[in-house]
Amino acid sequence: MSAISQASKLRSGAQASSGAQGKHNAGPRWRIWAMRMGPAALFMLFVAAWHLASLRYPPFILPGPAPVAGRFLAELFSGALLYHTGATLSEALPGLLIGALAAFLLGYPIAKSRLADRLLSPFIVASQGIPFIAIAPLLLIWFGPGAAAKIFLCAIVVFFPIAVNIIAGIRSIKPLLRDLFRSMSATHWETFVKLELPAALPMSLTGLRIGATLSMIGAITAEFLGTDRGLGFLINQGRGLYDTELVLVGITATVITALCIYGTVRLAEQWLTGYHR
Amino acid sequence: MSAYLIADAISVTYANGVEALRRFTLEVKRGEFVAVVGPSGCGKSTLLRALAGLIVPSAGQVRLDGHPVTQPSHQVGMLFQEPALLPWRTVEKNIGLPFELGNNASRLPPGDATWLRRRIADLIQLVGLSGFERAYPRELSGGMAQRAALARALVTEPPILLLDEPFGALDALTRETLTAALEGIWRASHTTGVLVTHSIPEAVFLADRIVVSTPRPGQVSGVVEVPLPRPRAWEMERLPEFVEAMQTARSLLRAACCATTTAETGRDVTARAA
Ligand SMILES: Nc1ncnc2c1ncn2[C@@H]1O[C@H](COP(=O)(O)OP(=O)(O)OP(=O)(O)O)[C@@H](O)[C@H]1O
Ligand SMILES: [Mg+2]
Repeated sequence: MSAISQASKLRSGAQASSGAQGKHNAGPRWRIWAMRMGPAALFMLFVAAWHLASLRYPPFILPGPAPVAGRFLAELFSGALLYHTGATLSEALPGLLIGALAAFLLGYPIAKSRLADRLLSPFIVASQGIPFIAIAPLLLIWFGPGAAAKIFLCAIVVFFPIAVNIIAGIRSIKPLLRDLFRSMSATHWETFVKLELPAALPMSLTGLRIGATLSMIGAITAEFLGTDRGLGFLINQGRGLYDTELVLVGITATVITALCIYGTVRLAEQWLTGYHR
Repeated sequence: MSAYLIADAISVTYANGVEALRRFTLEVKRGEFVAVVGPSGCGKSTLLRALAGLIVPSAGQVRLDGHPVTQPSHQVGMLFQEPALLPWRTVEKNIGLPFELGNNASRLPPGDATWLRRRIADLIQLVGLSGFERAYPRELSGGMAQRAALARALVTEPPILLLDEPFGALDALTRETLTAALEGIWRASHTTGVLVTHSIPEAVFLADRIVVSTPRPGQVSGVVEVPLPRPRAWEMERLPEFVEAMQTARSLLRAACCATTTAETGRDVTARAA
C-alpha cells in the first residue's frame, strides 16, 4: 500500500472517530467525496469543455451551454417543450407497455416449453437483425402519420431486451423450488402467481429498465420521419432551420425524459425487490 | 399392524440412463420412524421423491394406506436437502405457504385466519426461530433456514414427514443439536417419518429402524432395529444398544460397498480379457 493512501486512510479514520462519517468501509476520504460529488463534477467538466469548444465555432455549428440553457428555459416556459415531450411520451409509454406485454406473451412459453423455444426463438433473434430505422418508413406507410406507427416502432424496439430478460428470469428458477411447489400440490396458476412471477420479477424489471430508455429512441426515430409534434419533430425542425440551439434543446429534453423513465422503473424495482438487499 | 407407506420393489431410471434405484423395497408402519442410510449418490433423494409422488418409478409401486401414489398429495410434508425458502417471503409467510396452495386453504378451520397465525407462531417457537418471524431468508443462517423449512413441512400437520438429509450441510455441533430437536418435534407431531441420510449416528438417534442401501443403483442391503427408548438424547450414544446398532449398520454399509467394488472390478477384468 502506498504512503499516500495510507495517510488518507489515517485521516479518514480520524474523521470517523470524530463522528463525521458513520459508514463502514466507505474507504478513504477522496473516494467518499468522489462517490457523492462525482457525477456532478463530471457534468461540470463536460459543460466547461463544451463551453471552451463553443468559443471556437459559430453558434449555428456549436452554440455554448449558456445560450442552450437559456433557450431551454424559454421553450419550457412557452409550453412548447412540455407539449412536445408529452407527445413523445404518449408514444413511448404505450409502446413500452405493448412491447413488454408482447415480450411476456412470447417469452413465457419460450421459457417453459422447448417446442415453443424451437419454433419462436429463431424469429425473435432474426427480428433483432432488422435495423429499425429501416422499417420505420414502412410503418408510416402502413399506419399513417398518427401515433400508431410510432407506438408500434417503440414496441418493436423494446421487445427484445425485455423478452430476453423474462426468459432468463423464468429459466433461472431452481428445479428445487419447482419440486417444492409440486410437492404441495400447487396448480399451474398458483405456481405462476406465487413462484414464477415473483422469481422472474427482478430480471424482468431489469429488461423493462433497458426497454424504457430504448422506447424514447424508438419514438424519436419514428418522429423524424413525419409528424407535427414530439421531441423528434422539434429536433428535426431545428435541423431544417439551422437552429442548432433548438436541436440541442430537443436532445437535452430527450435525455432528461429518458432518465426520468429509467429512474421511475428503478424506483419500482427497488420497492418491489427490496428483499434482495 | 400392516405397513402404512410402502415402496414395493421400485426401480427408477432417469432419462439420461442413470439407474438410481433397483427393486428397492421399504415398508413403514404408521407412527414409525425409518431411516435409510446409504453412500452419497446411491439414490436416497430419488427414493424420497418417489415416496412423495414427485417421480413415478419405472417399475414397482409406491402405496400409501393401500392406494398407489402417482402424484404428490397433502398427506406428505417434505423437507428437502436444501431449505428451498422463497427469498421474497418472510419466515412466517414462507411457513404459511402450504395453506395457499393446492386447495389447502379449504383445509383450514372455517374462516380462521387467527388459527393459522397462532399455528405459525407456535411452529416458529417450536423450531426455535422466535424473533425472526419477519426476517427474509437471506438474513438466516443455513441451520435457521432449514428449521424454517421444517416448520413449513409441519404446518399442515401431514401424517407423513419425509426428510432428505435435512442437516447435511451444517457443522457437526449444530447438526447434533438440530437432530435432537427434530426428534422432539417429530414425537410431538405424531407423524410417520422417513429420513434419508449418510450419517449413521444420526440415523440411529432418530429411527426405530434403519434400512441400509447399497451404492448406486440403490438396493436394500440390510435392516437394523434400534431398540432405544424415546425421548432420545445424545447421552445414549454410549449405551450398548446404540453402539451395536451403529456397528451393524456400518458393517452392512461396508459389505455393500465392497460387494459392488468387487463386482465392478470383476467386470473390468472380463472386459479386458475379451
Ligand atoms: N434429475 C436427474 N436426472 C438424471 N440423473 C439424476 C437426476 N437426479 C439424480 N440423478 C442421478 O441419480 C443418482 C442418485 O441421485 P440421488 O440424488 O438420489 O442421490 P443421493 O443418494 O440423494 O445422493 P446425496 O447423498 O449426494 O444427496 C445419481 O447418480 C444422480 O446422478
Ligand atoms: Mg440427496
